[in-house]
Amino acid sequence: MYELRGVTKRYTRGKDTVHALAGVDLTIPDGDRLVIQGPTGGGKSTLLQMIGGLDRPSEGEVVLDGTDLAKLSEARLTKVRSENIGFVFQSFNLIPTLTAQENVETALVPLGVKAKERRERAAEALRSVGLGERLGHLPSEMSGGQQQRVAIARALVKQPKVLLADEPTGNLDEGMRDEIMDVLHTMWKEHGLTFIMVTHDSAIAKKAPRVATIRKGRITVKENAV
Amino acid sequence: MFFTYLRRELRRRRRAALVVASGLALGIALVIVVTSVSSGMGKAQDKVLQSLYGLGTDMTVTKAAAPTADTSERPRFQFDAQDGDSDAEQSSDRVMVQGFQTLSTATVTEVGEQSGVSDAVGGLSLQVIKVNGQFTRGQFQQGEGGGQQGGPGGTGQPQGEVQGGGANFDVDNYSVFGTDVTEPALGPLTSSKITSGRTFKTTETNAEVAVVDSAYAKEKKLKAGSTVTIKSVKYSVIGIATADSGDAAANVYIPLTQAQTLSDSKDKVTTVYVRATDSQKIDSVKSAIQKNVSGTTVTTSADLADTVSGSLSTASSLATSVGKWLSVAVLVAAFLVAGLLTSSAVSRRVREFGTLKALGWKSGRVTGQVVGEAMVNGLLGGALGIALGLGGAYVVTAISPTLQAEMGGGTGGQGGPGGGFGGGRQAAARTLDVALTAPVSVTTVAVAVGLAVAGGLIAGAFGGWRASRLRPADALRRVE
Repeated sequence: MYELRGVTKRYTRGKDTVHALAGVDLTIPDGDRLVIQGPTGGGKSTLLQMIGGLDRPSEGEVVLDGTDLAKLSEARLTKVRSENIGFVFQSFNLIPTLTAQENVETALVPLGVKAKERRERAAEALRSVGLGERLGHLPSEMSGGQQQRVAIARALVKQPKVLLADEPTGNLDEGMRDEIMDVLHTMWKEHGLTFIMVTHDSAIAKKAPRVATIRKGRITVKENAV
Repeated sequence: MFFTYLRRELRRRRRAALVVASGLALGIALVIVVTSVSSGMGKAQDKVLQSLYGLGTDMTVTKAAAPTADTSERPRFQFDAQDGDSDAEQSSDRVMVQGFQTLSTATVTEVGEQSGVSDAVGGLSLQVIKVNGQFTRGQFQQGEGGGQQGGPGGTGQPQGEVQGGGANFDVDNYSVFGTDVTEPALGPLTSSKITSGRTFKTTETNAEVAVVDSAYAKEKKLKAGSTVTIKSVKYSVIGIATADSGDAAANVYIPLTQAQTLSDSKDKVTTVYVRATDSQKIDSVKSAIQKNVSGTTVTTSADLADTVSGSLSTASSLATSVGKWLSVAVLVAAFLVAGLLTSSAVSRRVREFGTLKALGWKSGRVTGQVVGEAMVNGLLGGALGIALGLGGAYVVTAISPTLQAEMGGGTGGQGGPGGGFGGGRQAAARTLDVALTAPVSVTTVAVAVGLAVAGGLIAGAFGGWRASRLRPADALRRVE
């Protein structure tokens, strides 16, 4: 479970100080499916970075299962990310020179999984997102939707507790968007994940049980009847 | 994963990898060629010095320069004019000490007793000038009048003029070296190989035997068993010596005692050849001799090298100065280019590395990946550079350009190289042709490999430093 208490993030740009997050308090229970919405520059991605341990707050606590991520050393934080948190990015962020299977394997490298097991688990993860026939394909040989599926397989292959997605359908057409959302929804249900997703898409937000809206660094949470 | 990732990245950035590797290769190849050519120059210079010094000689001791001598030391020849109808040839030779400067043989002993001297041996360098030909008297022809006319003053002498007469002669000028046959391992003869006959026996201290340089023997049609006559003394040629490189130190070698007798220089030598106990202490031995044995000039191989001029010297200077700095400049440029290209590649891969860090890759692993790629580039450049460098050195050796070394010309009292050969006032310039080679040593190749690794490490350090500072949050920011 996540507990965010008074999370503040300030950036200094020249002489100005920008408050990307201004005292955010938020509780995210295990297995929750939370959508974060808001205008561009409102602090959505910054909040996701705090939750994912990619950045540290200027003030406040980001507690995951009793551990304040803000106070962990870089090495410990890296370990938490490698074991517990899966990421899906808007631009897929696949390594262009590696095949789909090798891209998925990169998530298992920091866990010290042996090469053979790595290959097997990566292949299984790709099959689970419907890409069993594309193991040896490079990202450039796949469509946007297929690339995002690879990214989802990469996020889930290590069986994380939390899946963070930053506009995962932002670069996809409507058909692909629904396809990817179906995959994510299925994975969330099957793996019992805590799923936190940033999106601009109101159609997607409407289907989420909880929607957090962030404006000028301040957050409001709304429950949806789904 | 490390090697798969590395291989794929290098393949993807073939062009950049080729630029980095080529830059390093050029620098490394230049280092190899310059180093090997420098080494070849050194060997050529050693050959030149050896041809004068002889193997194993660390320094020579000669008499210090004296003020210019008067003309009484010039050789003088006197011939009686023969009758005009006589075709008898007259011959006369003069044997002179080269440079007219001698040391007592006691000096040899004194030098040998100096601290740090392993061995000292004396030698006497002579110059022989032989004039051979016809010298005829002119014949008096009476004038047309035939009668006796009173000359000026009314001498009553017959009138007429002297016709005919004159001289028809040739001059043979050659060098003779009196060598201490009891010390065959030191002195100028050691720079030659006996290619026919034999060398001196240690017992032939005063024997009338001679070893002749092969070039002189060819010119005079001499061979082992022939005879050479010097100042009416007939010497039996026991061997023909061929200089290892360049000119021989002398045309004819005879035992020292014989040379001293020929030149009326009993117990005199022109040069003392010295071998030091430790080649690292040559300077201190030189100082000791100069301090303790007065009136001498000590010339080491280092001093001698300074007197080398000509194309060998010019090329040597080029190799050591211009070549060295050019290599350093190219290497530094190659390292910088490699570093900047690697760093630039990291900049283009910020999102990639940020993503890997977000996935839980430690900074060290990401940095290792960057350094690994740079190292492979460096090693590729190294391999290419070694191949290019070896090729360049091979071409230099195959072409073997001839370099000229001029030594000792007009150096005055300092003496030319070899002391005995130009150890006096009239030091004559010697020109030697030496073929340049470019030997590549294992050390040179090891240095090249080291440079390649260093190049890779420097490039990797540039990129790795950037990669290690990269924060994973940047990966997400790039998406926005």
